[in-house]
Amino acid sequence: MPILWLFLIVAAISVIGYAMGRSRALQSAGGDIRGLHSLPNFYGANVMLKTVVPAFGLLIIWLLVQPLYVDSQVSGLIPDTAIKEGSSRSLVMAEVRRAASGLDAAVSQGQLPASVARDPNADVAVVTQGLKDAGQVVTSEITQPILNAAQSYTSMNAVGYSVMSVVVILLALAGAAIGWWQTHADYRARNVVEQGVRVLLLAAASIAILTTIGIVLSLVFNTWEFFKLYPASDFFFGTTWSPSFSGRGGSSELGIIPLLWGTFYISIVALLVAVPIGLFAAIYLSEYASPRVRAFAKPLLEVLAGIPTIVYGLFALLTVGPLLLDVFGDNGLGWMKAGTAVMTAGLVMGIMLIPFVSSLSDDIINAVPQAMRDGSYGLGATQSETIRQVVLPAALPGIVGAILLAASRAIGETMIVVLGAGAAARLSLNPFEAMTTVTAKIVSQLTGDADFASPEALVAFALGMTLFILTLGLNVFALYIVRKYREQYE
Amino acid sequence: MNDMSRVERQVDTNEIKLECRDCQVYYGDTHAIKDVNVDIEDKTVTAFIGPSGCGKSTFLRCLNRMNDTIDVARVMGSFKLDGEDIYDKRVDPVQLRAKVGMVFQKPNPFPKSIYDNVAYGPRIHGLAKNKAELDEIVEKSLRRGAIWDEVKDRLDAPGTGLSGGQQQRLCIARAVATEPEVLLMDEPCSALDPIATAQVEELIDELRSRYSVVIVTHSMQQAARVSQKTAFFHLGNLVEFGETGQIFTNPEDPRTESYITGRIG
Repeated sequence: MPILWLFLIVAAISVIGYAMGRSRALQSAGGDIRGLHSLPNFYGANVMLKTVVPAFGLLIIWLLVQPLYVDSQVSGLIPDTAIKEGSSRSLVMAEVRRAASGLDAAVSQGQLPASVARDPNADVAVVTQGLKDAGQVVTSEITQPILNAAQSYTSMNAVGYSVMSVVVILLALAGAAIGWWQTHADYRARNVVEQGVRVLLLAAASIAILTTIGIVLSLVFNTWEFFKLYPASDFFFGTTWSPSFSGRGGSSELGIIPLLWGTFYISIVALLVAVPIGLFAAIYLSEYASPRVRAFAKPLLEVLAGIPTIVYGLFALLTVGPLLLDVFGDNGLGWMKAGTAVMTAGLVMGIMLIPFVSSLSDDIINAVPQAMRDGSYGLGATQSETIRQVVLPAALPGIVGAILLAASRAIGETMIVVLGAGAAARLSLNPFEAMTTVTAKIVSQLTGDADFASPEALVAFALGMTLFILTLGLNVFALYIVRKYREQYE
Repeated sequence: MNDMSRVERQVDTNEIKLECRDCQVYYGDTHAIKDVNVDIEDKTVTAFIGPSGCGKSTFLRCLNRMNDTIDVARVMGSFKLDGEDIYDKRVDPVQLRAKVGMVFQKPNPFPKSIYDNVAYGPRIHGLAKNKAELDEIVEKSLRRGAIWDEVKDRLDAPGTGLSGGQQQRLCIARAVATEPEVLLMDEPCSALDPIATAQVEELIDELRSRYSVVIVTHSMQQAARVSQKTAFFHLGNLVEFGETGQIFTNPEDPRTESYITGRIG
């Protein structure tokens, strides 16, 4: 039975339970809502909760646990002799799973009679031919142990899913019955439902946190795999980035330093553009602009934040790059060889970051109390003295936060770099040379056709982990700065 | 009020510092101040009293053109400081505010050290030639603000870390540091406890020897304690203006009497 059906059945039980719980509550109070502890809907919701929560909880746990259980059971069925030299039990298990799904598909297409597919003593040659006819990928001949394992894999899963359906439905019915039986005029349904809502909110919060942990763990394990294949010291201190694309490995040099240098160089250029412009724009908007100009200009500036970064990338590639080439290229100053350069990507990224800096800083400057400004004006300070010496220092922690947020964005930015800065990993001080960043290289390493277990692909995880730790450090530093100044200013 | 005779004698000898004639203030369409005529005398404490919303703070803010920072406010009439119209086009409001300092209702120290708070005005107006002179100004101002002894060991501590009463005295010291000729105080004690209030009132009395002080207050006892002249505002009109002793003991207008005896406002 497909999961969807199971899902719909449980939902139907819960809806019926809702209606029954509601009417039973009303009945127990003699039809008078005032006789009830809670509103009738709470009694319905109580039954519904007791139906849905245990049933779906079990469903989720079952779906997670069953594959693990079946795998371990089937894996035990494979004799050690069936595992060839140079192979491993996990590779054989992958073949078993492929054979199992292949058999199902072959049967449903009619290339293989169901009786043969289930027969433990079936001729392996016939089965292999049947799989090939059905268009299922068969890398080698199916052997007897693999066929048997695949057959028991299929049957165990089938049994498991049927049992699961029955148990989940029974649990839903039992929950509904308990909820319905509890329903009485004095039952505190409202409190129970509120508790349920609280648990729901808690679950939402934990999912976010657990996902973060999951992401970090997947990064950590793959990074670990990478460092088993490639020495960590070469990765962190190597000054050359030249992965071999043959996929055989051995000749790759995977030093992160050129990539980190490119990342920081481009980010710094971007921040040099974004911070002054954004901050000045914010000061103008919050201190000088009339309300009408502000109402018009601020949303317009924020439109910049809504442009997809790929569009900025196109802007860099087609407009800014050629423009810079005209000035700094061979026809001009001769510093620049091609349109893709640190400067191109940095300038465009800076433009992208302006709204981040300006919008946040504007809000922060506006939050500085008017009393501060009045105090300064009252001492005979001009508007610009007031802004420089009173408003900006008061807003500083927030502004630092805004700048560091923009820095995180700059470090994580990919598309503008791919299109604007080129793909060459290079250690150079010349901002008119092509360079590349960590994120752009993660993309190119994973979108190539390198074997997933090779260091050339796994290096992406090590790069991602490094980037993650760097941005985490940046955020922690930002928090520290913000807190330190806040202590001083409040 | 016990030294009323001396106060009267002083009032007779003081000259007029700030002369206000036919003053009108509009907030958009609201007529907030109507035909107010007041003479602020030199070396005198003048108190503005009246119920909330009667326009006394608005009028106070006219005296150093703080209402310029409010877009919808329009001020009309003649305000003459030492005979010069402060709303004249040639007058720079920034220069004016250095001469007519202001202390606000809520203590508003800048997010800087105590020293920098007091040095703020002298620095922007270039009153000190060097660091030693600035130090001297800061110390003198803090002493005049009656807060020197409490903060002399922690001039580098943030001004925002002081208690409410200390903050307000710091704000007064900060205003005094620019050597204003007139000091405007907008309910300077409303956020303070009785002890801090007493300290600030004592301070106001000392400041009278050098400056002309204008104080807006809700507390009639305070007006009676610290001022020599009192103006009573009601619904945007100046109802009565005269010597404090006379206003509180023998008011001419029935509205003044109702207010000071607690029947209106």
